[in-house]
Amino acid sequence: MFEPKAFWTVAMGRGLLALGAAVLIVGPALFSIPQLQLLTQFLSLLVIAIMWNLLAGYADIVSIGQHAFVGIGAYAFYGFAVFAGLNPFIALVMAGATALLFALPVMLVIFRLREAYLAVGSWVVAETLMLIAGKLSAFGGGSGVSMPVSVVKELGAQPALRYETIYWLSFALAGLALASTFILMRSRVGIGLTAMRDDEEGAGAIGVNLIRSRILCFLWAAPFLGIAGGIITLQKLRVAPPASFSITDWTVYVIFIVVIGGIGSFEGPIIGTIVFFLIRQYLADIGVWHFILLGVLSIAVILVEPRGLWGLLRRIVPQDLIPVSHAPPRRRRAQTPDADKAPSPTL
Amino acid sequence: MLELQSLYRHFGSLKVIDGLDLSVAKGEVLGVLGPNGAGKTTLFNVILGVLAPTAGKIIFEGREMTRMRPWDRCRAGIGRTYQVPKPFSNMSAYENVLAGAVSGGGLPLRQARDWAMEVLDLTGLDHRTASPAGSLSLLDLKRLEFAKAIACRPRLLLLDEIAGGLTDYECDALLEIVQTVRKQGATIIWIEHVIHALRRVATRLAVLYGGAIISNGAPDAVLADPKVREVYLGVEA
Ligand SMILES: Nc1ncnc2c1ncn2[C@@H]1O[C@H](COP(=O)(O)OP(=O)(O)O)[C@@H](O)[C@H]1O
Ligand SMILES: [Mg+2]
Repeated sequence: MFEPKAFWTVAMGRGLLALGAAVLIVGPALFSIPQLQLLTQFLSLLVIAIMWNLLAGYADIVSIGQHAFVGIGAYAFYGFAVFAGLNPFIALVMAGATALLFALPVMLVIFRLREAYLAVGSWVVAETLMLIAGKLSAFGGGSGVSMPVSVVKELGAQPALRYETIYWLSFALAGLALASTFILMRSRVGIGLTAMRDDEEGAGAIGVNLIRSRILCFLWAAPFLGIAGGIITLQKLRVAPPASFSITDWTVYVIFIVVIGGIGSFEGPIIGTIVFFLIRQYLADIGVWHFILLGVLSIAVILVEPRGLWGLLRRIVPQDLIPVSHAPPRRRRAQTPDADKAPSPTL
Repeated sequence: MLELQSLYRHFGSLKVIDGLDLSVAKGEVLGVLGPNGAGKTTLFNVILGVLAPTAGKIIFEGREMTRMRPWDRCRAGIGRTYQVPKPFSNMSAYENVLAGAVSGGGLPLRQARDWAMEVLDLTGLDHRTASPAGSLSLLDLKRLEFAKAIACRPRLLLLDEIAGGLTDYECDALLEIVQTVRKQGATIIWIEHVIHALRRVATRLAVLYGGAIISNGAPDAVLADPKVREVYLGVEA
């Protein structure tokens, strides 16, 4: 059945996404340094939001300790780039690897807990790691430390070039996060995760290994969060416990983003991050009120449509914009109208 | 094929399953009767591992699985339907079945697609493939429960009250599906209040009451058993 209105909403949505991607690709040619920095923040936060959505929206790991992995990534990046003297690009990869390494013991602790206990447990773990980071005198203890200029220069001789490089790094990370998570969600594992999202017990009963799925998601998220932490460090040019392990920036805002955009959907975090930046840019003048506004908006969205803005839009848009779900295959044989044909002979 | 040995499941002081012994042979269709609240659904939850037994053993195909997780039991060959349907509401009917085919069924995606379509055809959902499961009618939801279970390619299929509220025509269609699944080699345990439906396919009946099996054997003999007439049919007769 061809429904013109449905067709146009999908086409328009996809068109907007493509336009957004195109703007990001030509970004460095169009934008000033501050604008490019803003886009870098946008892309880094998008990566963090995609990962929190994977955990909370699908695997039912409602973590409020995400900032731990961003912070670990930040410190590891600093360590590998400054103390070990590695090339910043390699140091970023190492930041991801370090976050993955930390994810293993953290998982052993928090996976013993469920629901509210898991949330509190993940927060306790994150705060503990932040306190430990504050004791590392080589990293400036509680007040942190700046990146030496020599390391920063490896990204480009002039500031403009450096910011462009950092922008491309965040662009590549976001692209990788989107593409790989898309492939994950399209795979057999992803079908199981989507079933888990809708009904956990039901998913277990049809053979979805809930424990293995949770482990996979947790380990999937960690390196992306770690590398994002490294990129954020490159942008801020310093590490410090409260900033690198910021619960507000890397967990609370991210929860707002995913909840507003639409938890448990692929489009949700993208829409949420866009809305978040629009609110922050245009309403930053109202100070702490923009924080309160985000909170109120999140609650309002949950009350109206638990699946967020994307859930609302989905009432008029009949399809995924990014097709993670599986459409039934087209029939090879012509469909016969008689409903009571003989049942198929093979089981 | 399935062996339940002195199985107990208590909820606090409520002894829902209380020393139950039951064995099911390959190829059987065992009909399970019992008044509401007798513990039939609880029995399925224990067999699939959603609930742990308070005591007792579950042996499937010679392998003890009392401590196995539900998904491992599903992969080992046990499929079930839920009395109250548990659809994956935001996925299409096709994806619901596909999820069973790739997870419990263990099929690679390409084969799972074809298999899911076959199962949807078999269960009469072929006109609903693209509909979100959350938008299906109760009848279609029951079909979807059946379809999801079959998609897992179980050797033992547990059916929990799938015929309630069907018209005669729908009931016949359902029986035909059950027969097809059985001919293809599945062993079936079917909890059902619709006795005339059970009688047409069951090779054996068992009556659950007071946490144990009080009567067990050929359908006619069980239905004529005075104990059964008293506790179960007595209400209706
Ligand atoms: N998870 C549970 N917690 C407490 N009581 C339960 C639970 N599941 C079932 N019961 C109780 O066990 C009894 C049997 O329930 P059920 O197995 O659903 O019966 P049936 O399917 O035979 O109608 C009921 O009294 C019910 O309230
Ligand atoms: Mg029941």
